Amino acid sequence: MVAQPSKLNVDSLTVWYGDKQVLNGISFDIKPNEIFSVIGPAQSGKTTLLRVINRTIDFTPNARVRGLVEVDGEDVAHVKDIYGFRRRIGMVAPLPVGLPLSIYDNVAFAPRSFGLSKREELDELVERCLTQAALWDEVKDRLNTLGTKLSGGQQQRLTIARALSHQPEILCLDEFSIAIDPVTTMKIEDVLKELRQDMTIILVTNLIQQARRLADRTMFLLNGDLIEVDDTEKMFSGVARNPKTNAFVAGTFG
Amino acid sequence: MSAETVNAARFTETAFVRRKQRNEVVAKAVFLLMTLAMVLPLLLIVGFLVYKAWPALSVGFFLDLPRNGMREGGIWPAFLGTIYLVVISLVLAAPIGVMAAIYLNEYAKESWFTRIIHLAVINLAGVPSIVHALFGLGAFVLFAGLGRSVLAASLTLAVMTLPVIIASTKEALSAVPVSFREACWNMGVSRWQTIWRIVLPNSISGVLTGVILQVSRAAGETAPIMFTGVVFYRAVEKGDLFAYGLLDQCMALAMHLYTISTQVPGVPEAVPFATAVALLSVVLLLNAISIGMRIYLRTCKKW
Amino acid sequence: MWLTMPLLHRPKWKVVGEGLVEWLIRICGVSAVIFVFAIFFFVFWEAKGILFGEDRLDLWKFLTSEEWYPASESNPRYGASALIAGTASVTVLSMLIAVPFGLGAALFISEFCGPRLKEVLKITIELLAAIPSVVWGFIGITIMNQLVMRIFGAPIGLTVLNGAIILALMSVPIIVSIGEDALKAVPDSYREAAIGLGVTRWQMLYRVLLPAAKNGLLAAVLLGVGRAIGETMAVLMCTGHAVNNPFNTTFPFLHPLDSVRTLPATIAAELGETAQGSQHYQVLFVIGLLLFTITFVVNMTADLVVKGIKGK
Repeated sequence: MVAQPSKLNVDSLTVWYGDKQVLNGISFDIKPNEIFSVIGPAQSGKTTLLRVINRTIDFTPNARVRGLVEVDGEDVAHVKDIYGFRRRIGMVAPLPVGLPLSIYDNVAFAPRSFGLSKREELDELVERCLTQAALWDEVKDRLNTLGTKLSGGQQQRLTIARALSHQPEILCLDEFSIAIDPVTTMKIEDVLKELRQDMTIILVTNLIQQARRLADRTMFLLNGDLIEVDDTEKMFSGVARNPKTNAFVAGTFG
Repeated sequence: MSAETVNAARFTETAFVRRKQRNEVVAKAVFLLMTLAMVLPLLLIVGFLVYKAWPALSVGFFLDLPRNGMREGGIWPAFLGTIYLVVISLVLAAPIGVMAAIYLNEYAKESWFTRIIHLAVINLAGVPSIVHALFGLGAFVLFAGLGRSVLAASLTLAVMTLPVIIASTKEALSAVPVSFREACWNMGVSRWQTIWRIVLPNSISGVLTGVILQVSRAAGETAPIMFTGVVFYRAVEKGDLFAYGLLDQCMALAMHLYTISTQVPGVPEAVPFATAVALLSVVLLLNAISIGMRIYLRTCKKW
Repeated sequence: MWLTMPLLHRPKWKVVGEGLVEWLIRICGVSAVIFVFAIFFFVFWEAKGILFGEDRLDLWKFLTSEEWYPASESNPRYGASALIAGTASVTVLSMLIAVPFGLGAALFISEFCGPRLKEVLKITIELLAAIPSVVWGFIGITIMNQLVMRIFGAPIGLTVLNGAIILALMSVPIIVSIGEDALKAVPDSYREAAIGLGVTRWQMLYRVLLPAAKNGLLAAVLLGVGRAIGETMAVLMCTGHAVNNPFNTTFPFLHPLDSVRTLPATIAAELGETAQGSQHYQVLFVIGLLLFTITFVVNMTADLVVKGIKGK
């Protein structure tokens, strides 16, 4: 097998909030077009990891970051155009957030802020993003209603459409299914399977079965420590190297 | 004893329970009376003021010039002066105040420096108005060489009312959920664009409320303007909207009320009452607008 | 790339303009600090002559002597202790009236009344806070002083008591709104836990709420005090304008029916009559510095007290 260059490379990443260490020197890498899932109980540093990757950790006043995070071999800590960089990473937060704008403007917001102003291009982009997020058919007749008036599941798909609107290379989803129903979750999972042809997907999830259904590889975090990272099949077949992993996926703790 | 009798006994009105309930009723009554003791004077006072002022109140009273050593006539120059002072101080204070609030709420991180700014805002709000007058005299009238003028008085009022705008704008900004900002940052939208496109449009009602409160505060103040640009009397033409230049001295409603009620002998009773009612109605009207706006906009929130 | 849209770059002028706006915001952000320093500096600057110059003001005498004869041609004396006593008397008496009523109203609004009445009362209190001080002063000289004369049989109505009642009415809104905030900050779970234990609201109030909110309530009182000390116009008009120490060693120690003059009122009354740069003028700025310092300390203390609750 030919060695593929990794899309994302994390090397001994350590993060503190004040005096509290939330990530303890974790290292892993993610290949292009991979679906990579991160599992682990609450408070194990999963969200923090995502916030380091797109550098929104900058907005947390007392956070300190050590270690290396590279996207396409470029050190994240030293990117010149931070806003341009964040555009390469799509981020979907756990709770759906519809911005108080129309559905159309929700999706067109980021491209506009980067200078895309031609109406036809925007129209095309909005339609494509909403279609990819499996929302187009439900909202195509009311693009001018407020994004905040949609149902929770629709808002979550709107959030995904927004994350797609700036054409990310890596799409991070942070427990996207905690506020939505199983049917919508399945819809979005199908969407993700489509999207992987175009981008790398990092899926932080609290649903072990979801990781099993979607991910090529899975990483298990526990209290900021990387317990294990391996092919999903191995992780979930009860033959993982670390007994904690087996216990977690079997549901005996966590 | 059966279970039923036990339960029945548990809910009988014993003397103890009755006393407890009576205490509660008494407490409620006492606090209600205390509240009424504050609210009723407001109504009584306003009613009394209007009653006394009635003979002199008319539209003409607002538009007429004071005559006969301010013993007769209207309040036009004072009214106009107040409008000048308020508008200029608003133009000066609103942008600075709103931007200061944006800094405090959107940019400043928790640190000793932010803490100092916070303390400064609190202290600025607590500085006595007469000290603001001394400051205005020292800084704007003498040091900046503006002399006693509309501009110097407005600057003094602007500094004095700045904390009002900062505090209320900050509150309005912090009412916009953090998740909106995070969603924008996640898309690589810059901080300023987030503020300009999302935060400000969704907090504009609160910002305006604060600005109106600033206006009302500025309209009512006397001490800060009495040594910085406002005089007892200044002759203007009737109906002249541009009577004062920036470096002229002017009259103001609050100062006019002080003058005719304490400094000028032989003023007919209704005139100072009418002036008080005029000032009060300007201030209360502004406050009512601000309150009304707040209530209305609360009903049409977008999230 | 999976989309063929060209990579976009924001126009240069927008990026630069954004940087400028952000700098402007930072400068405005520190404006409050600048102004507080500027206030101290300029008031100090006008007073510096008499504080450090040749003919220096004896600060000890200034604070302890009751002889305030600034206009005397031959021997002007600047003893502010009667003015300080005047300020203290009006402040203390007004707080004695305002604190129980203010806290009582805060308790009523926060704990005892329904949402509709609450809204109405809060609006009324907001309006009460909006009445300009000169209008309060006018009310004091026209209405309240008549009442004081009639009810207490005083020969003159413009007294400590008159000023204190007006000041109380003025400071109550501050005490109510900040006190209500403090009570609102007590978590509902405390109330529910207390009710769950079967105590009455009255017991819950003094066993649970008051201890939990006491710092906030104390801060409310302090801010009321700060307001009362610094109040100028209303007190200038209402207290009779006589340099006089209303405190006394005999009972009741404070004579509420004396006329007094306060520190802020003195500045307001006399600054207009002094020549700029004269001794008298500078002494008035020294009084300004004194007031600034007092209110500064009161406000800082109030803030520290409030921070006390948030720290928990």
